[in-house]
Amino acid sequence: MKRAAAVVVLLACLSAFVFQVPAFGALNAESLRGTELFVYNWGEYISDGSEGSLDVNKAFEEKYGIKVVYDTFDNNEVMYTKLKGGGVSYDVVIPSDYMIERMVSENMLQTIDFANVPNYKYIDAKYKNLPFDPNNEYSVPYNVGTIGLIYNTKKVAVAPDSWDALWNPDYAGQILMINNPRDAFAIAHAILGIDCNTTDKADWEAGAQKLKEQKALVQSYVNDEVYNKMESGEAALAPYYVGDFLTMRANNPDLAFVFPKEGVNFFVDSMCIPQGAKNKAAAELYINFLLEPDIALANAEYICYASPNTAVTSNPDYSLAGNEYIYPPDSAGIKTSIYRNLPQDTLNLMSSLWDDVKNYSGEADGESKGGLGSGAQTAIALSAVAAAAAAYLVFRAVRKKKREV
Amino acid sequence: MSRLSKFYTFLVFLFLYAPIVVMIVFSFNASDSTGLLEGFSVKWYRVLMGDRAIMQALYNTLILAVASSVAATVIGTLAAVGLDKWKKNWVRTGVMTVTNIPMMNPEIVTGVSMMLLFVFMGRLVAGSGTLGFGTILIAHVTFNLPYVILSVLPKLRQTDPHLTEAAQDLGCTPLKAFFKAVLPSISTGILTGMLMAFTLSLDDFIISYFTTGPGFQTLPIAIFSMTKKRVKPDMYALSTLIFFSILVLLVLINISQARGENKRARQYKKGEV
Repeated sequence: MKRAAAVVVLLACLSAFVFQVPAFGALNAESLRGTELFVYNWGEYISDGSEGSLDVNKAFEEKYGIKVVYDTFDNNEVMYTKLKGGGVSYDVVIPSDYMIERMVSENMLQTIDFANVPNYKYIDAKYKNLPFDPNNEYSVPYNVGTIGLIYNTKKVAVAPDSWDALWNPDYAGQILMINNPRDAFAIAHAILGIDCNTTDKADWEAGAQKLKEQKALVQSYVNDEVYNKMESGEAALAPYYVGDFLTMRANNPDLAFVFPKEGVNFFVDSMCIPQGAKNKAAAELYINFLLEPDIALANAEYICYASPNTAVTSNPDYSLAGNEYIYPPDSAGIKTSIYRNLPQDTLNLMSSLWDDVKNYSGEADGESKGGLGSGAQTAIALSAVAAAAAAYLVFRAVRKKKREV
Repeated sequence: MSRLSKFYTFLVFLFLYAPIVVMIVFSFNASDSTGLLEGFSVKWYRVLMGDRAIMQALYNTLILAVASSVAATVIGTLAAVGLDKWKKNWVRTGVMTVTNIPMMNPEIVTGVSMMLLFVFMGRLVAGSGTLGFGTILIAHVTFNLPYVILSVLPKLRQTDPHLTEAAQDLGCTPLKAFFKAVLPSISTGILTGMLMAFTLSLDDFIISYFTTGPGFQTLPIAIFSMTKKRVKPDMYALSTLIFFSILVLLVLINISQARGENKRARQYKKGEV
């Protein structure tokens, strides 16, 4: 009898479970209570409760009772290496466009069950069916943005409208260049009228040549040092992300921003579920939660990048709504291009050309062809040091012997 | 001291401490700019206290540093005692060379090879997801060990080899002799080794980066991941706090060591020892 009762109870439980799967709601979320969710996101890329903002992860934990284990990375390649190496498993990751394309092609992402992400309806149609995920299977946009040209109005008298300003000798020593091959080549290619996703070797060499021409004028190649240098007025011109421009302008009102006419990179950072995720249901719950109007609003205010969420952009309380930089009107006619995943040999070519640019010394045009490569130079320098050390040791040994004699 | 050598000393200290002073000044900056000072405020210290992710990373880092330095000290001290007992000189030098390799090895090599080992072994034993607190702890103990051995071994050489025998003559078991006679005489070496291991573990980035797993992010990794947006001034506040904690710790240790030496000197005079 007891056993029969147990079977009945078990069946009841099972049927309850089975019937609730399609209707994803409070009851199913309830069954995830007490589980853990592993999230891997960019650093400083979520509203974290500082300076009176909303702590998004805490709000999620309180609402669903799922513990969020939150780690951060600083660029797509780092995240990719960590996942590819094995030994780690995350439930939600937030890579950028071209990296999503690469991860999909290497079967590193799972398809998302959009029945569990009803808030996907808030995503603006123009951020759907993008080239890296043409059928909207693997990714849900989190933030979008563009790069552009930041300049100091006190130092640059005539407002620039072209990337050419970064090659203008009048500003020699006042120009900052982005220290990241993909973005730097994209700027050079934009000036030359070449598509930034080209796989033609000659195009990349032309881009490298253009960057070498610029090198003598560049004060330094920067990442987040750009904040310091632009805010303090140490440099006049720098290409950087539009969201970060607003942060800089808050500290230095002389700064201004322009979308160069040749075109700018447009990026989309999207939420994805990697293969090997241990808590896929909670991952979908989390993605859906980040799309909730009030949560997405808190993130948009904190991160200062453009939100793909229509519930945010149409919210009258949103301080950046209609901002001319973050949400430029279509009438502005800004040309944008999105990065695609490049084949491995193009990536190799890009990084070796980038090394050439960084090592380029300016003078002697034929030097790179006729002279010694940097590898040979290093080898010679190292062997000279080794020879000197050996000579010294021999000299010491001889002197010691002499003294003993 | 001539004026020139005074100036030289001043320069050395300037280079050592100027960056830290600048960081401390900017941790009290009212704005979030790293270029402009806009008045005094403790705002960033408040922001820091409210930042859960950073507090978790700090907690992880401290747990790891304490656990790995204690483990490395115990293992390293035992290893040093064993090495010291070895009579054949070439065996000892051989073993020392092998122990020193992790110290001389570039961190990147140690980190990558450890990650490979853990992932490979993990696949054999447990499937995926092996990296985590356990693996990063093993890695930290490994690179801490040679420093502990190197600071304990010279102290052992200094102690009288007959100390153990004398203690045993007076009725100690070998184990008791070790704890009562040998250990106190090498305690300063052990403490130095442990502190060195602690600080090395505290600021290691490369090895930690490769061997850590989800949910165990250490402070250096968390700070490094901020470089896309920017390192916020609350990190200056945190670094300032860490700097002063270490300073206080060092001062306390120096005071207690000086006191211990004074006490011993007095006892020696009285003829107690």
